[in-house]
Amino acid sequence: MQALTSKSRQVERKPMNFWEKLYLPAIFKGMSITFGHIFKKKPTISYPEQTRPFSPVFRGVQVLNRDEEGRERCTACGLCAVACPAEAITMEAAERLPGEEHLYREEKYAARYEINMLRCIFCGLCEEACPKDAVYLSETMVPSNYSRKTFIYGKQELLIPNPLTEPEAFAKARGQRPEKKD
Amino acid sequence: MHPLLTIDWFLIIEKAVLISIIIAVSLIVAMYETWAERKVAAVIQDRHGPNRAGWFGIFQPLADGLKLFMKEEIVPNLSNKFLFILGPGIAMLTAMMTSAVVPWGGTFHAFGRDISLQIADVNIGILYIFGVVSMGVYGVMIGGWASNNKFSLLAAIRGASQIISYELAMGLTLIAMLMLTGSLSLRTIVGQQLDHTYYIAYQPLGFLIFLVCAFAECNRTPFDLSEAESELNMGYHQEYSSMKLGFYLFAEYVNMFISSAVMATIFWGGYDIPFLNDVNFGLLHGQNLLAGLQVLCLFVKISIFIFFFMWVRWTIPRFRYDQLMNLGWKAMIPLAILNMVVTGFLILYKQYGMF
Repeated sequence: MQALTSKSRQVERKPMNFWEKLYLPAIFKGMSITFGHIFKKKPTISYPEQTRPFSPVFRGVQVLNRDEEGRERCTACGLCAVACPAEAITMEAAERLPGEEHLYREEKYAARYEINMLRCIFCGLCEEACPKDAVYLSETMVPSNYSRKTFIYGKQELLIPNPLTEPEAFAKARGQRPEKKD
Repeated sequence: MHPLLTIDWFLIIEKAVLISIIIAVSLIVAMYETWAERKVAAVIQDRHGPNRAGWFGIFQPLADGLKLFMKEEIVPNLSNKFLFILGPGIAMLTAMMTSAVVPWGGTFHAFGRDISLQIADVNIGILYIFGVVSMGVYGVMIGGWASNNKFSLLAAIRGASQIISYELAMGLTLIAMLMLTGSLSLRTIVGQQLDHTYYIAYQPLGFLIFLVCAFAECNRTPFDLSEAESELNMGYHQEYSSMKLGFYLFAEYVNMFISSAVMATIFWGGYDIPFLNDVNFGLLHGQNLLAGLQVLCLFVKISIFIFFFMWVRWTIPRFRYDQLMNLGWKAMIPLAILNMVVTGFLILYKQYGMF
């Protein structure tokens, strides 16, 4: 039969010669290979104790940022929600009342801000859309959970810790990324 | 005098203690063999292996044992219940019985008595080991048959035929060994090697055949046809669960330990300390230190063999059934006979010169 391609080849089925029938040379060869592997460096890392570094452009779970005085930056303009291709973001705006100046940076703020992490594709368009540097993608992943409801992250989950009261937690959440100038 | 009073009660107590120690040690060794097996497999495959339970995963065997004990005991409805339970029992029993004639060390001096570190110095030691080891196939055979499962039965038959074929070659190599030693007692054989050349130097081919046959006897890769998981869904212990399965697996590891001990004893000088004159050392530093070091030495030799068993397991794929039989009948047995004839010729030549 004509072969369709030049790649097909008849399987060799010639009988083993004496040397091969002894099996021992092949066995010694194999054993030396496996013995060499004992001293090889292992590529495994022990995960919870050791972690591999993320790439500098890694896009993880979103964070709602605060300014250096610990005030929320978000003004609930809705640009992120418009930019979001997965329609994962919703928000409700509210007006800042007198006496809340230490909580919110501008007169309008987000009373409710939710991102559905099951919809989010971590594209980072919300970060690009935000004029106030209020939302950005951090270096942590969304942890797994048992129910769908828990994946709708509200302000409680998203808001970064206050840099004045909890500087360490803030620095940890902030990660290594450089601050954007507005 | 009453006949009971003539019994040396100290001897009985001494032997009872020795038996308990040796059984406990074989079980602990078997336990840590499972751990070592996983570690060796891991390092050979560039992995870490068990490292979560305790330091370097040292408590992993305990966790595994606990898991096996907690599993549900399932006895198939249509199985022969008595034989189904007897199978793993026989496997374990025969595995543990072999340790009786292995000399674990020289003599230990305590309580004004010389305690020989051997349970029974019977003058047919090797034959006893052979007898008991060949009974081990009954554990596989009975377990496989009683499961009332085609795969188990096939695996058991394969295992039985394999063990019988390889036992022949093993016995023939031992005949050559016995021509050299002139004794079947393992203690005598070790005694002859003590501070002399080991028998491996006289019987390299015999050792090779014995080693291969020991692999086959222990159902270890490349001869693990009776538990071929890809062909026979786990083979003879397919229907077993919980500690009955554990017994089968454990018996395999105990067998490995014992056959390593036997190989070390017959061919590698047993408890002899290499590069050291044992008798002089004993006179200089006392009998007990010598006996302790000898036990340690034997265990080092055994550990090397056990590592070798594992190293082979994670290197060589399983033989096909026809390859196995060809190797056993057409290679091992003729080689063993050749070895026997050449040994006999050389012994006669040394005794009488050239005709």
